[in-house]
Amino acid sequence: MTQLSGWGRYPRIDCALSAPRDADALARALARGPAIARGMGRAYGDSALNAANTVSMGHFNRFLAFDPATGTLEVEAGVTLAEVIAAFLPRGWFPQVTPGTKFVSLGGAIAADVHGKNHHGAGSFGAALDWIDVMGADGTVTRASHDTHSDLFHWTLGSMGLTGVILRAGLRLQPVESGWIAQTTLPAPSLSAAIDAFEGNLDAPYSVAWIDCTARGPALGRSLVMLGRHAGVEDLPPAARRAPFDVPRRRARSLPVDLPAFALNPLTLRAFNAAYWWAGNRKAGAALVDWDRYFYPLDAVAGWNRLYGRRGFLQFQCVLPLPAAAAGLDALLRAIAARGAGSFLAVLKRFGAQDSRLSFPMEGYTLALDFPHNRESLTLMDRLDRITADHGGRFYLAKDARLDAATLHATDPRWSDFAQMRQKTGLAEAFASAQSQRLAL
Amino acid sequence: MTGAATGGAVLILGARSDIARACAQRFAQGGHPVMLAARDAATLAPDATDIGLRHGVTVTCHDFDALDPEGFAAFLDALPVLPEIAVCAVGLMGTQDQNQRDPAAAIRVLRSNFEGPAILLAELAERFEARGSGTLIGISSVAGERGRASNYVYGAAKAGFTAYLSGLRNRFARGPVRVITVLPGFVATRMTEGMDLPPRLTAQPEEVAEAIFQATRRGRDVVWVRPVWRLIMAIIRALPEGIFKKTRL
Repeated sequence: MTQLSGWGRYPRIDCALSAPRDADALARALARGPAIARGMGRAYGDSALNAANTVSMGHFNRFLAFDPATGTLEVEAGVTLAEVIAAFLPRGWFPQVTPGTKFVSLGGAIAADVHGKNHHGAGSFGAALDWIDVMGADGTVTRASHDTHSDLFHWTLGSMGLTGVILRAGLRLQPVESGWIAQTTLPAPSLSAAIDAFEGNLDAPYSVAWIDCTARGPALGRSLVMLGRHAGVEDLPPAARRAPFDVPRRRARSLPVDLPAFALNPLTLRAFNAAYWWAGNRKAGAALVDWDRYFYPLDAVAGWNRLYGRRGFLQFQCVLPLPAAAAGLDALLRAIAARGAGSFLAVLKRFGAQDSRLSFPMEGYTLALDFPHNRESLTLMDRLDRITADHGGRFYLAKDARLDAATLHATDPRWSDFAQMRQKTGLAEAFASAQSQRLAL
Repeated sequence: MTGAATGGAVLILGARSDIARACAQRFAQGGHPVMLAARDAATLAPDATDIGLRHGVTVTCHDFDALDPEGFAAFLDALPVLPEIAVCAVGLMGTQDQNQRDPAAAIRVLRSNFEGPAILLAELAERFEARGSGTLIGISSVAGERGRASNYVYGAAKAGFTAYLSGLRNRFARGPVRVITVLPGFVATRMTEGMDLPPRLTAQPEEVAEAIFQATRRGRDVVWVRPVWRLIMAIIRALPEGIFKKTRL
């Protein structure tokens, strides 16, 4: 038995963990009963935990083929985005879609159908996939795409590993001219100003906002909206043009110990957020930022999840449909600010339209933030759930560790269809996680 | 792709082991073309493809049987080039229980860990000397530092290999061949899968590979991957035999 958790370090569960080295060994592991595949363990909650049968995909980590004419990369599911970038950015290619950490496996990115700062234009991770290979409970492997076995393809995107084990994928990369991002920071002193900044910049390839969730009154929702695009060679200072993919290496820092619970309190949170806001205001305007700092600021601190101490933390992420977004965000932020709760890095992002069977995004606004794991946070998050539901929003299972089944099915009936499909096809007896059991999937 | 083709070719012997695979990746990352050698070389193709795609270097696969010393010369002759660096990761642990009862098992362990690696490196040493350059890297084991009841057949073979490497290094102290002995300690590999190893004493294959790669750059003779092992083995070696023979280590 191995004690495992997601990135939020709650819950922790003793799991029978195996790490098969090839397809035969993987099939034998699946034959042992309901299983869940696990990649880098970067889902926050219990998506990749199964006490009886958790299967690590770490050994499935080979690059299989690359076609420079189309930018299509074939990889095994255990390969991480960090490895893809390390191999292909120097050749002028970058993932079309990336979440906020590069330490995710491709299998995990597909299972959660993750999104990035360019969702409003590029869609979710699935939009960059040509095909996926999925192993069923009986060990047979099916290649699924938009055209063949499209049911399996569309059910798998965002289904948190509950349709089978993702083995391989064909992934389209985008050509880039440099390893730099041309970034523009727009300070927005209120929530409505932040929304206006997003709506006025839908043509920016990347956009995301850090939002001060401790601000109240007229400053409620004040944000730093950060726009970005891949810099061309002509955007770089002359010295950098000769080696446009060389960026300064970041010193790896890490949080060596768990912080005690009192380190994060309303006072330190407010102080940090205020400092961040004023620092952001000073840096307002245009800047060149390297890809690592721009896309993965938190990756610079290995083990930042220990910030919240031994009890771990909970992440809240919902999306609200466009017409209800302003009112919903206002209600959510009021509830959070009133509690003096909130986190160092709360994130607001405009999603574009999304047409998929289970994926989280929809056209509107998504809010993500984390809370220390304690009773007050759980109470607050129940309240945030209700506000989300009242505004027609839904929840992101890659972040979830504590939602209840009734709330999920009421806010997002797609999951009820999915659960029914799993019952009918026998998938329910073959693939399960602590999360799927909690959420009646 | 970084630094492609900036280094001399590296031959990885026993290329299917986890340490060997990690070494191949590390040297390829450093821009070295890589030759993978093991039995049934066709099955190395996925690794070769992976390494080539990640690092943009040429990777080739070659049939090699460590238990066939008569074939060593022909094997080396058939390589596309004489390598600049050879990493010998050939090894077979077996189980002590079987090794102490079954002569055939013991012979296989002795030959795989000592005879094959030593004879092959000797062959390479001659060719490196003739050319006037080359680095030999032998992955031996702390198990060879003192024979223990729990794995003395494997340990004896590794002791022989360690002594052989030491002798080669002594012979070539004034050049032109460099000889590096690697003593990894516990490593989390297929060989040790399922064993209950203390995490502080257990290295990852990538850690071993990094230590080996750095040793080629810095001119080290003996590489202890985790320094704590040097201390542990110094103590174990220093124990008087009268005490040592009663221990269960």
